[in-house]
Amino acid sequence: MLSAALALTLLALVFGLLLGYSSIRFRVEGDPVADRIDAILPQTQCGQCGYPGCRPYAEAIASGEADINQCPPGGEQVIQALADLLGREPKPLDPERGAEKPPMVAFIDESDCIGCTLCIKACPVDAILGAPKQMHTVIAEECTGCELCVEPCPVDVISMVPVEEDISHWKWPLPKVANGEAP
Amino acid sequence: MAEYALILISTILVNNFVLVKFLGLCPFLGVSKKLETAMGMGLATTFVLTLSSICSYLVNEYLLSPLGIEYLRTIAFILVIAVVVQFTEMVVHKTSPLLYRVLGIFLPLITTNCAVLGVALLNVQADHDFIQSALYGFGASAGFSLVLVMFAAMRERIDVAEVPAVFRGPAIALVTAGLMSLAFMGFSGLVKG
Repeated sequence: MLSAALALTLLALVFGLLLGYSSIRFRVEGDPVADRIDAILPQTQCGQCGYPGCRPYAEAIASGEADINQCPPGGEQVIQALADLLGREPKPLDPERGAEKPPMVAFIDESDCIGCTLCIKACPVDAILGAPKQMHTVIAEECTGCELCVEPCPVDVISMVPVEEDISHWKWPLPKVANGEAP
Repeated sequence: MAEYALILISTILVNNFVLVKFLGLCPFLGVSKKLETAMGMGLATTFVLTLSSICSYLVNEYLLSPLGIEYLRTIAFILVIAVVVQFTEMVVHKTSPLLYRVLGIFLPLITTNCAVLGVALLNVQADHDFIQSALYGFGASAGFSLVLVMFAAMRERIDVAEVPAVFRGPAIALVTAGLMSLAFMGFSGLVKG
């Protein structure tokens, strides 16, 4: 009995050490430029840039496939930061991709929700809670304001409301950039 | 030599793991929609099965048997298989990005494949030695790959065929699988054991 427990523990320990060692030894470095671009992007995963999320867009920028002005949620600040990082000229947001808006969160009018789960499937960050035939609700802290859930709702009860600034998420305003000049 | 050839023929055709022993049915139905993915899955399974049957033989022979704790076989084998799969995934990811693109997504899927554990346990039951275990694992996965690729090719063909509405989708796939299983019954009696 004791030998059995010991043998299995030892086996697990050896395997754990092996895996731990090999995860360091065989670590694969991703594309460092793509990583840094991804860190700048707002992580709304909204897909407005034409790519299925922020990471693919970052990889596309890194490989020169995409331009830096395709991110409406990030707006001017993200374009400026990307231009600084990549040593390119900042340019205005591509109007085809949408306009810059104040930060928003989705809000579900729960009295009219029919519990179809369509918005749950659309949400890229799993910020909507609910089950079939049960009303759904948005976890406001998780919501990135990407608006992807508005379209699939068959009863149109999802609206985007601006985030009200209060003491818990007020931030120092970032320095404004005037027409591409350095701040 | 003849004995080794017999093991291969027996595992690939006569006692085919999918169609005769009904092990590994989930990837058989799940990953057989496209021929390309079926080939990738087949390759990955061959790799993992051969490796894991060798490793579980070693663990059984040099750890479990000497200590007289064969009753812990199942849990020890699961541990071994999971580690082997994880380890190979890391090594492949580091050493060969091309191979990783072919096998990468399938490797973790195989960890929970019942055929992998099945081969390890059947090896012990049949009292195979080292080479026999390796061959048995290889044969089992070769049979699995063969059937998977054939099935995927058939499903691709059926997708464009005129199937009656009630049979479309999984229904016709299961009917096809049943017919294939029937066909493989024809091999029984070719080799004993």
